[in-house]
Amino acid sequence: MTAPIEVSKGEAEAHPEDVLKGVGTQAIQGRSLGRIAWLRLKRDRAALGGAVVIALLILLAAFGPFFLQDPNAYHQDLIDPTMQRPKDGFLHSGISWEHWFGVEPTTGRDMLSRIVLGARISLIVAFLATLVSVTIGTVLGVVAGYFGGWVDTVISRAMDVFLAFPLLLFAIALVGVVPDDMLGLRGNGLRVGVLVFVIGFFSWPYIGRIVRGQTLSLREREFVDASRSLGAGHGHVLFKELLPNLLAPIIVYTTLLIPTNILFEAALSFLGVGVIPPMPSWGGMLSLAVPTYQNTPFFMIIPGLAIFVTVMAFNLLGDGLRDALDPRAR
Amino acid sequence: MNKIKIGASLAACAVLAAGLTACGGDSESSGGTTSTAAYNAANTSVLNPSDKQGGELRFAMSSDWDSPDPGDTYYAFSWNFSRYYARTLVTFKNAPGAEGQQLVPDLAEDLGKASNNNKTWTYKLREGVKFSDGSEITAQDVKYAVERSNFTDELQGGPKYFAQYLVDNAGGYKGPYKDKAPAGLKSIKTPDKYTIVFNLNTPFAEFDYLAYMPQTAPVPRAKDNGLNYKKNIVSSGPYQIDSYDVGKSMKLSRNPHWDAATDPVRKALPDTISVALNQEQDDIDNKLMSGALDMDLAAGGVGPAAQPKVLGGTQKANSDAASGSALTYMTIDGRVAPFDNIACRRAVQYAIDKVSVQTSLGGPISGGDIASTVLPPTVVGHEEFNKYPSAGNAGDLAKAKEQLTECGKPNGFATKLTYRADRPKEVAAAESIQQSLGKAGIKVDLKGYPSGDYFTKYAGSPAFLKDNGVGMAMMKWAADWPSGFGFLQQILDGRTIKPTGNTNLSSTDLPKINKLFDRSTKEGDADARSKIYAQIDNLSMENADVVPLTYSVQLLYRPANLTNVVVSEFLGGQYDYVNLGLK
Repeated sequence: MTAPIEVSKGEAEAHPEDVLKGVGTQAIQGRSLGRIAWLRLKRDRAALGGAVVIALLILLAAFGPFFLQDPNAYHQDLIDPTMQRPKDGFLHSGISWEHWFGVEPTTGRDMLSRIVLGARISLIVAFLATLVSVTIGTVLGVVAGYFGGWVDTVISRAMDVFLAFPLLLFAIALVGVVPDDMLGLRGNGLRVGVLVFVIGFFSWPYIGRIVRGQTLSLREREFVDASRSLGAGHGHVLFKELLPNLLAPIIVYTTLLIPTNILFEAALSFLGVGVIPPMPSWGGMLSLAVPTYQNTPFFMIIPGLAIFVTVMAFNLLGDGLRDALDPRAR
Repeated sequence: MNKIKIGASLAACAVLAAGLTACGGDSESSGGTTSTAAYNAANTSVLNPSDKQGGELRFAMSSDWDSPDPGDTYYAFSWNFSRYYARTLVTFKNAPGAEGQQLVPDLAEDLGKASNNNKTWTYKLREGVKFSDGSEITAQDVKYAVERSNFTDELQGGPKYFAQYLVDNAGGYKGPYKDKAPAGLKSIKTPDKYTIVFNLNTPFAEFDYLAYMPQTAPVPRAKDNGLNYKKNIVSSGPYQIDSYDVGKSMKLSRNPHWDAATDPVRKALPDTISVALNQEQDDIDNKLMSGALDMDLAAGGVGPAAQPKVLGGTQKANSDAASGSALTYMTIDGRVAPFDNIACRRAVQYAIDKVSVQTSLGGPISGGDIASTVLPPTVVGHEEFNKYPSAGNAGDLAKAKEQLTECGKPNGFATKLTYRADRPKEVAAAESIQQSLGKAGIKVDLKGYPSGDYFTKYAGSPAFLKDNGVGMAMMKWAADWPSGFGFLQQILDGRTIKPTGNTNLSSTDLPKINKLFDRSTKEGDADARSKIYAQIDNLSMENADVVPLTYSVQLLYRPANLTNVVVSEFLGGQYDYVNLGLK
């Protein structure tokens, strides 16, 4: 190798002081935990895909109903009453130019606008209920695990009581007791509030137990001891030292809880505790479709797909978040 | 497959042609017989008439019995099936159409003889009828059966009409388990071995309908062990129960002591009968269609998955759209404003699109025929009329607006409709009503409640409806016996209104109607009674607080190898099981 290596002047000249100043305009900065996680997440296409789908769903649920046809308008001229299904369309789905996702088997209501409107109820209930149960569960779980002793005993027994509570019976009874107007809410707003309360307030022990278990093992770790020996108070240790280390299981559990809650809303809707007809919800649509799936498969496939896509998106995002936040857990 | 079936039925026809009446063809005439499998053939004729004995008749059902004990059961299918092993004083005729609504003597020699202004009813038992243990059936066994089924705390499954209508002992009769005195209930007298006399506390012209209930099937006192009697029932009919595995299966074989000469009702064709319990409805329907099963015991019609398969294919000829005796309707509570004004009630009657409701309930087959009267056509006393007609039954908005104006609410009003939220078809019907009333300006808030509490806390509590301003309620009703009294009294007589568990959901309390009910119980002539029922129906529709929606219809399937298949209107559209046989 005798070819001369042309070295540009600038590069050849060493500027030792640059090490101190930082090269060019790019200053070396310390990266926060969040930023590291974001950089990792950006590389995870599946997780980003999930996030995009969720964002689209939220946009659709928020603004879609303004652009679509009336979800409660009957089109019974499209229905064959004897066979209890739409007259036309692939597999008796009633799919046409007017009704892209077909129509409901007995009422002829447009499936597309019902799915989009149903997304509102399903997502609101699932998000809020998850928020309620994750908040209560995390706070009580970390407190129980950290303090131990009688605090732990009281909270753990409370969890047992909540887990043993006959939730469906309670929900049915509650709907009978709740008046038409309460806390400034009425109609479907009140129903959504009741659903969020029932689902959220009674499922916190599941996440509470997970957080408590994790806290039990974390509180004996060196960094907690170090923090305490430096004089940190309980609040600091709980929320600055322990909680960030619990984020991964909490986020993963949250993303799993949202789809569970969508299905829970379905079960409650079926018992008449859900939203008031004719307001659609995915769960309600699905439970209506199950008995007739052989006759009108599309009636079940469409809300089923909607729930599937949503659950999938949340799970992908949750997986990605966990990897990003805690690569060792991979 | 299809060819073999046709061939087989032709062969059966040829064999039978000599001995029996018409073979095929006359499915039009009521009471005829036919061997041509056609859609609805068993509605109008006895299909495949035959006397051929032998084989095993296989039943299956998607649930379990309440109890096979004749004294402790309340399902219509059970009242139908129990006649294999329990003979009652009278029973209904094995015949199609209106003829099948008639009562005929069974254990008794004749229908009841009324005296004392319909307050005393006397039955004479056939002599020489035996239990499956060989002992003779006496009037005392019938008296005991009525006592145990109506007056004990243990047997709560069946209705308590006898307790309601019979004169009680002084101090109250506590039933044979607690009161061991041999006299028992003093108002049932057995002057000799074969005579039984019922003394009622009120005139009751239709007592024969009570004598038909399985509660009059004789039970030997020595063999009765309360709730456990369902496992060792002593048979009085042509079959005895060999085994009953609760929730799983039942097997019956011939009762050697049954004598066809004493029984004009039953043919007793199969050698054995089997019942599989707690099967999947879809599975039952598929097995019926493939021939692996002979009959769906519950008789509720094929499931939603099977209905299009039956109606859309070659199987249609093996099915009947059987008229039930149930009415799906909506009540309007005249105590709740603005329904205290009759014009507002009439506005609702005109505005409802009944075709849309029918489609929501399952269409003309499983939803039923569009109704315009309270009494269904299969109930004695029904007369066809329509006080609130509209083109194609789709609602008459112009008339509805007219009535709204008369009511002083030209722009409509808001009200609430309650329904059972765990019954999808009822929910769909309520939504459809909301939709069609909305077009007339009547805004309906839907209030769904669980069916378990529907009658105890919500629709069945007149105070709840009034306090919460619930003006309308969804309802379905069938009678225990197919007469106007059995159907109407519990839903229209003002004196039946109860603070809870009410079935008179409209809280109808019209002196005119109440008086007619009283007259009917004293009226000895059946035709005159029918007229009274029609009159009550008319008054009720005039009052506009009941909105009839559909008369129930269920799609029943009958495999081609069954003989003597006929839909009994008496039982509300089930096949009469008692004469079924196999080709």
